[in-house]
Amino acid sequence: MQINGATALIRALEDLGVKRIFGIPGVQNIEIYDALLASHIEHVLVRHEQAAVHMADGYARATGGVGVVFATSGPGATNTVTGIATAYMDSVPVIVITGQVHTTSIGTDAFQEADITTITLPITKHSYLLKDVDALVPAVFEAFYLATSGRPGPVLIDIPGNVAAAETSYHKPSAAPTLPSYKPTIKGNARQVKAAAELIAAAKWPVLLAGGGVVSSNASKEVLALAEQAQIPVVTTLMAKGVLAAAHPLLLGQPGVYGTPQANAALHEADLIIAVGTRFSERATADADHYAPRAKIVHIDIDPAEIGKNIRVDVPIVGDAATVLGALSERLEKTRRPVLQEGESLAATSLPSSSSSPEAPPGVSAEVPVEAPAKAPAEAPAEAPAKAPANNGLYLNTTHRVFSVFNELLKACEDVIITTDVGQHQLWASHLLDASKPRKFLTSGGLGTMGFGMPAAIGAQLAFPESLVVCISGDGSFQMNVQEMATAVDLKLPIKVAIINNHSLGLVRQWQELFLEHRFSHTLLANTPDYVKLAEAYQWQGRRIDTKGEANNLKDNLRWLLKSEGPALLEIVVPTPDLVEPMIKPGGTLTELV
Amino acid sequence: MAEHTLSILVDNKPGVLTRVTGLIARRGYNIESLSVDKTEDPRLSRVTLVTTAEDVPIEQIKKQLHKLINVHKITELTPEDSVDRELALFKVKAATDKRPELIKLTEVFKAQVIDVAADTLTIELAGDHNTIAQLEELLSPYGIVEVARSGKLALPRGNW
Ligand SMILES: Cc1ncc(C[n+]2csc(CCOP(=O)(O)OP(=O)(O)O)c2C)c(N)n1
Ligand SMILES: [Mg+2]
Repeated sequence: MQINGATALIRALEDLGVKRIFGIPGVQNIEIYDALLASHIEHVLVRHEQAAVHMADGYARATGGVGVVFATSGPGATNTVTGIATAYMDSVPVIVITGQVHTTSIGTDAFQEADITTITLPITKHSYLLKDVDALVPAVFEAFYLATSGRPGPVLIDIPGNVAAAETSYHKPSAAPTLPSYKPTIKGNARQVKAAAELIAAAKWPVLLAGGGVVSSNASKEVLALAEQAQIPVVTTLMAKGVLAAAHPLLLGQPGVYGTPQANAALHEADLIIAVGTRFSERATADADHYAPRAKIVHIDIDPAEIGKNIRVDVPIVGDAATVLGALSERLEKTRRPVLQEGESLAATSLPSSSSSPEAPPGVSAEVPVEAPAKAPAEAPAEAPAKAPANNGLYLNTTHRVFSVFNELLKACEDVIITTDVGQHQLWASHLLDASKPRKFLTSGGLGTMGFGMPAAIGAQLAFPESLVVCISGDGSFQMNVQEMATAVDLKLPIKVAIINNHSLGLVRQWQELFLEHRFSHTLLANTPDYVKLAEAYQWQGRRIDTKGEANNLKDNLRWLLKSEGPALLEIVVPTPDLVEPMIKPGGTLTELV
Repeated sequence: MAEHTLSILVDNKPGVLTRVTGLIARRGYNIESLSVDKTEDPRLSRVTLVTTAEDVPIEQIKKQLHKLINVHKITELTPEDSVDRELALFKVKAATDKRPELIKLTEVFKAQVIDVAADTLTIELAGDHNTIAQLEELLSPYGIVEVARSGKLALPRGNW
C-alpha cells in the first residue's frame, strides 16, 4: 500500500516503540504532524525547540531509552542546536527529526532554509538529509540503532517537506541494521582484562573511577560488585552521581575541580586507577599533566577514541562497561590477592591517613585535607562542614545550610529525581544532595547548559509520573527556559523548582572574586522578576523565602515545595557572596585548593 | 611538525567529504593536500589526505575519523611502504628564444608540454612532491604565470 513519507515515518517510530515526541510544528513538518494525528504516540507541545531537546534528553537520561524531537526547518531546526550539543557532550541518545525546505529549493536560501545537517555535524553522532522517500524508513531504524548502540549520542534526520509528502511503502526491517563501518566492541580483550585483574590484585591504593558511561551501560551493579569484591573505594564523576548509593562506605564522592577532597586525594595518591566510562575531562582531572602521578591507569571505555585522549593509559580496554567489569570480576576471582588481616580492607588502607604516616607515599602534602573514606560529604548535613577546609560554625555558608536541610527532607522522600541547571547551585546540589541510584541526578555536565534543568525535569516527570521530580535552578539559568512553565501546566506535571536566587550569575561571579580581584563584570542580576507573580501568571504555585530574614521558615517552605500539589516553585534568596568550596585552583592538581 | 598521509576509504555519498575534512580541522589538524575520487568499488571513495599538527597525536585523529559512520578504513601511508604521485601544471612565460631551453627541461623531467600559446607554454608533470618542487624551482626564473597542482595520491606498495 502506498502511504506518504510522513505516515511511513510515524509507522517506523511506532514500531521502534516511541511513546512520546517533543516538538513544535511548522510549514515544513506539517505533513509529519498531520500523520501524527492518527498515531497513539503522544506529542508534547513545547514552547521552544531547545527545551524540546532537553526534555527528550531528560526523558532519555531518566529512562535509559531514546528521546525524540520534532522541529520545523530553519529557526525550528537551529533552535535545537544547544539541546543537541548538550546531549552530545553527555552521550545521550536523542533523535531530532527536522523539517527541511523542498528538495527543489535546497541551496537557494529559500524561506526558512537552514543547512541543519551541516550545522550539527560536530555535535551529532550521525545525521541524514533524506532526499529520497524510499530511504526514509531504513534511515529511521538506522538512526535509532546508532543513537543507542556503542557510545550513545544524538542523531539528526532532516526531511524535506516534499519528501514527507511523497508516496512510498512501509516495510518494517526484519533485522537490526548492519553497517560494515560501524561495529562497536562490547567484550573487552581477554588479555587486557587479565592484565587489569593482575594490577588490581597487586595494588595497594586502588581507586575505581566511574563516569557517565557506567550509567549509559547500566553497569552500576557491576561497579558495586567489583568495588565490594576487591574493596576498592569508588569515585563517581558528576555524570555518574548515584552509581553507588550516597551512603555506601566505599564511596568517596566526586573528583575534579569541584570535587570532594577525599575523592581528589584518593586519586592523587592512588597507585592504580580503574577508570570506567569516563573521558577524563579537564573538569575532572584538573592539571592533566600531573594527574595521579603514581598511578597505573586501566581505562575501560566503549569509545576507543577516549582512551589515551587526555590521560596516559597503562591498560586500555575497549568494551561495554557492564560486560568488561563483569569479566574483570570473574577474572579477579582467579587472581591471587594480597592477604588481608581480619577487619582490614583495602579501602581502609587505600588512603594515606596523614602525611606523617609511614604508609604514605612520598610527596603527600600536609595541606591535603584527607579524611577517612567512610562517608560521602553529603551523607549527613551536620557532618559536611567537618570535611571542608574553612569550617566556621556548623555550615560553610548560608547556602550550604539550605542545601543540607533540603537534603535531609529529600532523603525522607521516596523516589526522587533531581535535575539541575548550571552554576553554583548545580555544584552545591552535586556536593550536598544525595542520589541513591543512577539516573536520579540529571545535569548538563559536558556542555554546562544553563536552561537544561526545568525541561529535563519535565522529561523525567513524564517518564516517571509517580516520582518526586525536583529541579534545582539558579536565578540566571531559570530564565533561559522559563517559558516551559506553560508546558508543565499543559501536562499537569507536578514538578518542583527551587530557584537558588543569589542575584547573580554566581559561578562566574565566584571566578571573578577568586581570580580577577573582585572585578564583577556583568555578573550581578539586580533585577530578577517577581518569581511568585511569575508562578501565578503561569498557574503554578509559588513562594519566596529569604534566608537572611526567615531562617526558621526554611524547612517549612522546603517541605511545602515537596508536598505541594501540581507544579510549584520556591525562590530561595541566598547571600550573593556564598562560594562553592572547596575548589581546585585553575591549572592546579587535584590537591591544590584555592 | 610531522606530516602524515592518510588513505581513507569512505562512502561515496554527498556530504561525506565535509564530515572528514570538518573533523580534521576541528580536531586541530591542518590539511596540506587532499584528493578524492571513486575507487574500484563505485560505492566507495578514497580520500588521500596529507595532514600536519603540532599537539594532537595522529592516533587520536585516526580514532576520531573511525567514529564517522561513513568511514570504512583508514591507512596511514609512510614513504617506505607506499608509492605516491602528484600532478602539477605549470603555465610559464615562453618568449621564442627561451623555448628550446624550456623544452629541454621538460624532457629531462619526463614532463610534457600540453599547451603552446603565443607567449606561454603549459607543462605537465606527474611525480613525487620533491620532483615537482624541483621543476618549479627551475621554471621560476622564466616566469611562472599560473600553477595548478593535485593533492597527493598514494597506495600501499605490493600485494593485497
Ligand atoms: C547558556 C549558558 N550561558 C552562559 C554560561 C556561563 N555560566 C556558567 S555558570 C553561569 C551562572 C549561572 O547563573 P545562575 O543560574 O544564577 O547560577 P548560580 O551560579 O548563580 O547558582 C554562567 C553565566 C553557561 N554555562 N551556559
Ligand atoms: Mg544565580
